[in-house]
Amino acid sequence: MNLTLRVWRQKDANDPGKMVEYPANNIIPDMSFLEMLDVVNEGLIAKGEDPIAFDSDCREGICGTCSLVINGVAHGGQRGTTACQLHMRFFKDGDTITIEPWRARAFPVLKDLVTDRGAFDRIVQAGGFVSVNTGGTPDGNAIPVGKVESDLAMDAAACIGCGACVAACKNASAMLFVSAKVSHLSLLPQGKVEKNQRVLSMVKQMDKEGFGNCTVTGSCEAVCPKEISLNFIARMNREYGMATLKGADIKGRSGD
Amino acid sequence: MKLDSKIPSGPLAQKWDKHKFDMKLVNPANKRKFDVIVVGSGLAGASSAATMAELGYRVKCFCFQDSPRRAHSIAAQGGINAAKNYQNDGDSVYRLFYDTIKGGDFRAREANVYRLAQVSVNIIDQCVAQGVPFAREYGGLLANRSFGGAQVSRTFYARGQTGQQLLLGAYQALCRQIGKGNVKMYPRTEMVDLVVVDGHAKGVIIRDLVTGEITAHAADAVVLATGGYGNVFYLSTNAKGCNVTATWRAYKKGAAFANPCYTQIHPTCIPVSGEHQSKLTLMSESLRNDGRVWVPKKKGDTRRPDQIPEEERDYVLERKYPSFGNLAPRDISSRAAKEVCDEGRGVGPGGLGVYLDFADAIKRLGEDTIRERYANLFDMYEKITGENAYKTPMRIYPAVHYTMGGSWVDYNLMSSIPGLFVIGEANFSDHGANRLGASALMQGLADGYFILPYTIGNYFASEKQPKPKLDHPEFKKAMEGVQALTKKLLSINGKRTVTSFHRELGKLMWDKCGMARSAESLKEALKRIPELRAEFWKNVKVTGEGAALNQDLEAAGRVADFLEFAELLCLDALTREESCGGHFRVEYQEEGEAKRDDEHFAFVSAWEYQGPDKPPILNKEPLVYEEVHMSTRSYK
Repeated sequence: MNLTLRVWRQKDANDPGKMVEYPANNIIPDMSFLEMLDVVNEGLIAKGEDPIAFDSDCREGICGTCSLVINGVAHGGQRGTTACQLHMRFFKDGDTITIEPWRARAFPVLKDLVTDRGAFDRIVQAGGFVSVNTGGTPDGNAIPVGKVESDLAMDAAACIGCGACVAACKNASAMLFVSAKVSHLSLLPQGKVEKNQRVLSMVKQMDKEGFGNCTVTGSCEAVCPKEISLNFIARMNREYGMATLKGADIKGRSGD
Repeated sequence: MKLDSKIPSGPLAQKWDKHKFDMKLVNPANKRKFDVIVVGSGLAGASSAATMAELGYRVKCFCFQDSPRRAHSIAAQGGINAAKNYQNDGDSVYRLFYDTIKGGDFRAREANVYRLAQVSVNIIDQCVAQGVPFAREYGGLLANRSFGGAQVSRTFYARGQTGQQLLLGAYQALCRQIGKGNVKMYPRTEMVDLVVVDGHAKGVIIRDLVTGEITAHAADAVVLATGGYGNVFYLSTNAKGCNVTATWRAYKKGAAFANPCYTQIHPTCIPVSGEHQSKLTLMSESLRNDGRVWVPKKKGDTRRPDQIPEEERDYVLERKYPSFGNLAPRDISSRAAKEVCDEGRGVGPGGLGVYLDFADAIKRLGEDTIRERYANLFDMYEKITGENAYKTPMRIYPAVHYTMGGSWVDYNLMSSIPGLFVIGEANFSDHGANRLGASALMQGLADGYFILPYTIGNYFASEKQPKPKLDHPEFKKAMEGVQALTKKLLSINGKRTVTSFHRELGKLMWDKCGMARSAESLKEALKRIPELRAEFWKNVKVTGEGAALNQDLEAAGRVADFLEFAELLCLDALTREESCGGHFRVEYQEEGEAKRDDEHFAFVSAWEYQGPDKPPILNKEPLVYEEVHMSTRSYK
């Protein structure tokens, strides 16, 4: 099939950027969306033009690297699917497809469709962990965890940190991402010890990075390739409230 | 080159404890004087960087991904082995050790494998303490499942995302140390050269993938945790970015490369759908518990599978291996699929595929049970192929999945360059000629959490080499070399794209040095690879500039290294005149089965670089088995 792409091109972080149209011809329905872009890029390189820069790595929906807004929807609108697992059979011959990067102040564009999501790493560095050193840990079975809590923690832990939630949110809020990590750890006995400190530190860093506030529209949940539930945001709000009341001290804390 | 494996003396079970006591320690106050560079942030890289920082070393960690959380360890589905014996089914450190040695077809180093089995139990404890959400039973204790090559249930798992959850555990430990200022993290950077000063690894040259800036970094030791080289085949289950550059450039600086011909081909992957294919996707091996592998008896049969009657189907594995049937090991199942496709009986577009049929299991157990067991895999299959495997058989084909070979390391995980340590899939040490399922995660974390942090201290305490300044001529020389290479790649301005070379190399490797190899096919490859490499350097087209984000240039550098490395892989395969594990030479078989030659080939091949136009030297490290008896694997 033959398609028309409208792609965001931006030379570097300082370039204002613009949409550019490219034909994508002889596309096979079995191609993944990224393979379709590979084909277009091969054509551009052959003509000596700069190929479209986009992020991808595992191409099997688990690493969270790929990050495209396709026709206005983060990851393209197939439920529970990353852009790398979206296949061309969901498009029709003659379609025009618009491709943009994640758009959020906290995720600056580096080039074309590539953004800097370092803000997510810094939120985890602020407290998204259990403070244990290597060695000296008790036997794995010394800490029983109920299957229900364990399964729920796994639901939250499944987040791949792609940032689609931020890209979909009209406020560019990172609440779904942060709440998934906060919930994963506070649901488990290993993570309960530090739960007040953790939620305060992570939210503080989230605000510092320039993410917007949550107005519970649910757009994040709708695009999440791992279908992380909005309920985790409610859980985090509750935890945050409790932690604030208890007044845990987060001054000078860098996660020890 | 003299290869000293430095295996401690004494009984097998006490070697590691004895060695830990014998090793010299670095005083806690002195640890902060040592700088360590870690390249790679997967299970091995992240766990070692975090652990060394906890101990007090100053660590710099580099990864090419945009975040350390994205390394390809994340894609492992099945699980991680540990000799906990929680199921009371007779497991032990010795049994895990023996299964691993046997699974590796008696081509791994005994002492390393025993140590791996010993520390496996600590890994589970560590990961649980970090909050890794392993599967649990209703009573709250850890759940286990069984996996290929073992008769006990010793595999721990977190849904189908064990690799992801273990990596997030190590990533979070790493983040904690980054937050404290003990690790300086450099995402979106690539190591482009190793710097060796007075015979010791003392630094690296790094290209910033966003700005293109090339910088030098000095340290007291360098750790490579850069994964495997499966992408030399172009199509593999590895991530797009996986490459051999770090270990290959270290090889050219003197780090011997061991057993490159040991590559693992996984039988249950989704087949190639066309020329455009950029990677292959693995479907968990557990599917073979309920699926039956078959192809039509007739060549070139293009009927739909439901139109082929029972008597015209060949259930290949059940016919050839009646006692193991569809559960025959990875290497054997892969070869059986290749054979029938070579005969022209393959299914699907291009005839490269076999059916994995669940119709009988669905009839016997009901669709709901199958859905419960494999829903995520069936969904993934449908996303990629658009086919519903509850209604029509899956199509599967083998694909390159893991590489057992890698940088040669001694018992301390140090390469043949002092001060250069290599861990995880990047080294060669623990899996012999074939890796068992759920053992890669175990090895990565064993190396990173529990082995390297000890052995690196011994190096610091015994060697006391000064750390060179960045204006040392070796740094200058390496920087200039990298800049010249970049300039050269950008100036060729030929007619073919980087991908077209990579694809051609991959196809050549798959055809001539894939599931079945022969002296004839390998010689053809050895003739063709240098020609292709020469064409690359004359006719490749790399767009853009060096001082910017340039993905085409990144790929060009990696493919240039694959074009050199492929030759060593084929040479190694040619000189190993036996069949063992993932290395199958058609000349060496008995009734269709791999024939090992322990008398002549019970050694590690460690290749030593001699210069661009000289053949490398083959050094042999004999494999001495003090404890186990070398037996023949049989699955008939």
